[in-house]
Amino acid sequence: MKYIIAIIKPHRLDPVRDALAEIGINGMTVSEVQGYGRQRGQKEIYRGAEYEVHFLPKVKLEIAAEAAVADQAVEVLQETARTGQIGDGKLFIFDINQVVRIRTGETGAAAL
Amino acid sequence: MFTKSTLQKLILAAMGVGLVSVPAFAAPSADSSYIFNTLLFLIGGFLVMWMAAGFAMLEAGLVRSKNVADICVKNVALYALACIMWMLMGYNLMYAGVDGGYMGTFFSLWAPEDAGLEGSTYAAGSDFFFQMVFVATTASIVSGTVAERIKLFPFLIFTAILAGLIYPIQGSWEWGGGWLNSEGFASAFGAEFSDFAGSTLVHSTGGWAALTGAIILGPRLGRYVGGGVKPMPGSSMPLATLGTFILWVGWFGFNGASQLALGTIGDAQSVSNIFVNTNMAAAGGAMATLLVTKAVYKKVDLSMTLNGALAGLVSITAEPLTPLPLEATLIGAVGGTLVVFAIPFLDKLKIDDVVGAISVHLVCGIWGTLAVATTNPDTSFMAQLVGVLAIGGFVVVSSGAAWLLLKKTVGIRLEAEDEERGSDLAELGMEAYPEFGTGSQKF
Repeated sequence: MKYIIAIIKPHRLDPVRDALAEIGINGMTVSEVQGYGRQRGQKEIYRGAEYEVHFLPKVKLEIAAEAAVADQAVEVLQETARTGQIGDGKLFIFDINQVVRIRTGETGAAAL
Repeated sequence: MFTKSTLQKLILAAMGVGLVSVPAFAAPSADSSYIFNTLLFLIGGFLVMWMAAGFAMLEAGLVRSKNVADICVKNVALYALACIMWMLMGYNLMYAGVDGGYMGTFFSLWAPEDAGLEGSTYAAGSDFFFQMVFVATTASIVSGTVAERIKLFPFLIFTAILAGLIYPIQGSWEWGGGWLNSEGFASAFGAEFSDFAGSTLVHSTGGWAALTGAIILGPRLGRYVGGGVKPMPGSSMPLATLGTFILWVGWFGFNGASQLALGTIGDAQSVSNIFVNTNMAAAGGAMATLLVTKAVYKKVDLSMTLNGALAGLVSITAEPLTPLPLEATLIGAVGGTLVVFAIPFLDKLKIDDVVGAISVHLVCGIWGTLAVATTNPDTSFMAQLVGVLAIGGFVVVSSGAAWLLLKKTVGIRLEAEDEERGSDLAELGMEAYPEFGTGSQKF
C-alpha cells in the first residue's frame, strides 16, 4: 500500500479528481495550502510599487491505494496536473505500514 | 364627471391650441427661463451631491479593510459638516459683496431672499444648493489622501476650516466676482482667469489641502521601509469601481450645470456639449491610463485606471464647453497619463496618498486649468498660470497653517498601536466586515 501526497496547482484539481476516479481511486483528502519551492515567490505591481508574493496558493491532495493502483495514480497525477509551466508542484510517495477503518476495525487493504 | 370649471378650462385650452400658432424657436418667456435655470441647478446639484457617495465608495475600496468603516464615517460626516458650514458662513463669504476684492461677507448666515431679487433668473435656494455641493466635493478630496492614519475629530475640524474659510475665500476671487475675475486682472494678464466648473477652485484646492495634510501627517506606518514602497492593496476593487462610476455620473451635474442656465436654446446646446465633452474626457483618461500602465508595468493596474477616468474628468472641468469632443478626449488622455507618473513620483518623495487624490485632483486640476488656453480664445495662458499659482499659494499656506495648528494642539495622528489594529476598531469599536478574515492585511 502506498500513500501519495500531491501538491498541485489549484485549477488542476477537478481534472485530477476525475482522472483518479477513472482508475478506481475513490477517496482523497484535499486541503488549500500556501508555499513555495523552486518557483520562489512572484513579483506583482500595485499602483506602481513592486511587491513579492512569497507564498503561492496550491492544493494538497492525499491518497492511499494498493501499490499497483498507486503506481497508476502517480502516472495519472503527473499527466493531469502538469501544465508545463513553472510551479506545477510535486508528488511525494510513501509506504504505508498499516491502515485502520475506524468504524469497523478492518485493517490493511480491506480498510482502504 | 367633470366639474363645470374643469370643463371650462378644457374648452379654453382646446381653443388656445387651435388659435395660437407657436413659431419654432420662440424666445422662452422669463418665467420658463427662470424655471428651467432653477431646474438645472437642482438636477445638477443632486447629481453632485451623489458624488459624495462616489468618493465614499472609491475610498472604502482603496483603504485596507481595517479602515473601511472609519472612512465611511468620515465621508458622511464631512459632507454634512461642509453643508452646515456653507450655510453658516461659506456662501456669503464667497458670494456676498466681493466686488473685485479678496473675500465676501464674514460670518453671515445664509437664508433665501427671493422676494427682494427682482429680475433674478433662478431661485436663490437652487443656487445655494448647487454651490453647497461643490464645497462638499472639495472636502471629500482630502479624506482619501489622509485616510488610515488621521484621527476623526481633528479631520472634521480641518473640514470645517476648509469649507467655512479656505474654500469660500479663494472661490470668491473667481466665482464670487473677485480680483481674478476683474478688469484690472484682465488688463494685467491678457484675460480674466477662467475656471468653468472648478479644476482649480474645487479640485486643486482640495488637492493642495490634501498635499499639505499628507506631508504634515506623515505616511502610514511601514509604508516606506528600506528605501522601497510597500504596497497596501485596497479592500475592494469592485467598490472602488462603483465609486468611480458614481463620480463619473455626478460629473455631468458638476460640469453641465456649471453652465448656470438652461433658459435658452443656446444654453441647452451648451449644456449638451458639456455633457459630451465631460464624458469623452473621462473616456480618454481611462483608456490612456489603462494603456500606459500596461506598457510601463506589463499588467493593467485597475486602481490606477479608475484614477485615470477621474483624471480625465478633472482635466476637462476647467473648460468643458469650448473643446471639440476629440480635443476633450485628448485633454482627458493627457490627464490620465499624468496620473500614472504622478503616483510613483509622490511615493518617491514619501508623500503617502492612499487613494491617489493628489495626483488626480491637484496635478490634473493644474493641467486642466492651463489647457483652457488651448481651446478657448478668450483666455490667456498667463492669466491661467497666475490664477493657479495665486490659489495654490493661498491654499498651501492656509491649509498648512490649519494642519500645523491642529497637530500642535489636539494632535492629528492615531497612536501607532491604534493605526496597526485599524481605525475601525480604534475609533468606532467595530469592523466594516466582521464576518470576513483580514484578507487585505497579509502583505
